[in-house]
Amino acid sequence: MTALLETKAISKRFGGLEAVSGVDLRLERGEVRALIGPNGAGKTTLVSLISGRLSPTSGRVLFAGRDVTSLRAWDRVGLGIVYTFQVTSIYRGFSVYDNVALAAQRRRLRALADWIALDRQAVARDVEAALATVGLWALRDQPARALAYGHQRLLEVAMALALRPELLILDEPSQGLAAAEIDGLCGLVRDIARAATVLVIEHNMAVVLELAGRVTVMDQGRIIAEGTPREIEAHAEVQKAYLGR
Amino acid sequence: MTLGLHLGVLALLGGLQLVLPPFHHGMLARIMVLAAYAAGYNLLLGYAGLMSLGHAMFFAAGMYGTGLTIHYLGVGVITGFLLGVVAGLAVAAAVGLITLRTAGPAFLIVTMMLAQAFYLATLYFNEITGGDQGFILSGLHLDLAGRRLPLADPAVKYNVALVVFAACLLLNFWIVRSPAGRILLALRENEERTRLLGYNTPRYRLFAVTVSGLVAAVAGSAYTLLFSYVGSTFAGILYSIYPLLWALLGGAGTILGPLVGTLVMTYLVDVASSLTTGYLIVVGATLVVTILWVPAGIVGGIRARWAPWLP
Repeated sequence: MTALLETKAISKRFGGLEAVSGVDLRLERGEVRALIGPNGAGKTTLVSLISGRLSPTSGRVLFAGRDVTSLRAWDRVGLGIVYTFQVTSIYRGFSVYDNVALAAQRRRLRALADWIALDRQAVARDVEAALATVGLWALRDQPARALAYGHQRLLEVAMALALRPELLILDEPSQGLAAAEIDGLCGLVRDIARAATVLVIEHNMAVVLELAGRVTVMDQGRIIAEGTPREIEAHAEVQKAYLGR
Repeated sequence: MTLGLHLGVLALLGGLQLVLPPFHHGMLARIMVLAAYAAGYNLLLGYAGLMSLGHAMFFAAGMYGTGLTIHYLGVGVITGFLLGVVAGLAVAAAVGLITLRTAGPAFLIVTMMLAQAFYLATLYFNEITGGDQGFILSGLHLDLAGRRLPLADPAVKYNVALVVFAACLLLNFWIVRSPAGRILLALRENEERTRLLGYNTPRYRLFAVTVSGLVAAVAGSAYTLLFSYVGSTFAGILYSIYPLLWALLGGAGTILGPLVGTLVMTYLVDVASSLTTGYLIVVGATLVVTILWVPAGIVGGIRARWAPWLP
């Protein structure tokens, strides 16, 4: 069976620094994969190459067997590759509802007629579903800037959900959240994983152990280990590079 | 309800012609055409978040496209108007493509330079354009349903200006409330996020610049027809600054702001220029006061305080 996502010898060079070098990553449909590694290991650069935020210096990205290397970020979203930002990136001046509606209407704008008479009820249903999933429906009329930080993170996830991802990339979703919020996030990610493949960059090892079926470890632009969370915990090279033991 | 408010404003403008004394009647006709120009400008500044200093080039493209074809080719008013609009559309699309990769101050500077080049070209080809002397079109009239309506007639002038303004206002209203309007606002707020929500952001920027330039050209063409004059003053930097000023004063990113801003500023300039030749200082002072104390503009301030539902 073809993998949902494959990168083939993908590299990204910034001047003299090779942030990602020759990475082969393979994600099966339906899995939750954690991507870990010390700061500067190239994790965010790697997912940026997958989402199309950055284009690679060399190598290829295959999505569901199709070469998407030359596709721009917006076309990859159309295929179902959805990225949520590490630093919360919402439309602060929009209402919570409008933030999600902007994402939800994306799928409904196919023909010219949709631009003239958008099916607003269908968009409204999608917005309600996404906001209900993350538990923000009651706050829909609030301006996004008025939300607490944890809620802003959830809004970011709701925007991603409204795009109906095949592959959802979460970049450090638990960063800055309180313990109780992290529990809620884990439950949410498990829910999402029933319908989508999830690639999550995460520093919090408790979250990694709780969510991930497999873990990929990066250091200095390369993959240094891959396995189940238990295997990774026991891996000598990982302990040296990452856990500092 | 919001559509009702805007239609009500248009109806009020329509009704005012019955009661206004001749001087203010003429002023308001001119203000409506210029407000249409400001509305086009505001579409780009207030919604897509791009500040241009070159819109005179679009206004003048409409003006020259109409004026030159009527003057030299002897085409009718309607044909001349359409040719002006096509000229404006072509210039706007070209400028949109050239400026696709610029944002913020770079966009401002590139549009300003292109507009200066356009302005200097109108001077360089002064044998055709008449340079800053310009030329006068005479005997323009509109054939409507078998009747011959001279555009110099105040009532005809007022109502044509009203129709032009209404068309631009309603187009603006419709775009802002459409799915595209939400995308333009998203561009203003956070372009990278919008790209990663799956929107081809360069395409929407091009759309915004083109429609904004098109509306400016419609206003420029109408101005030429109603005031029977073509001249390079209207391609100069001052006419790129004016719509910025009108939009900021009235409220960038509000539909009625451009009308309010144009109305207030035009009367202010009128009063000031009867008192002093240095009336531009009043214009500058108004801009400073607006930015310091009413950064959202008049309508923007009203929206923030009392009417959050205003588009």
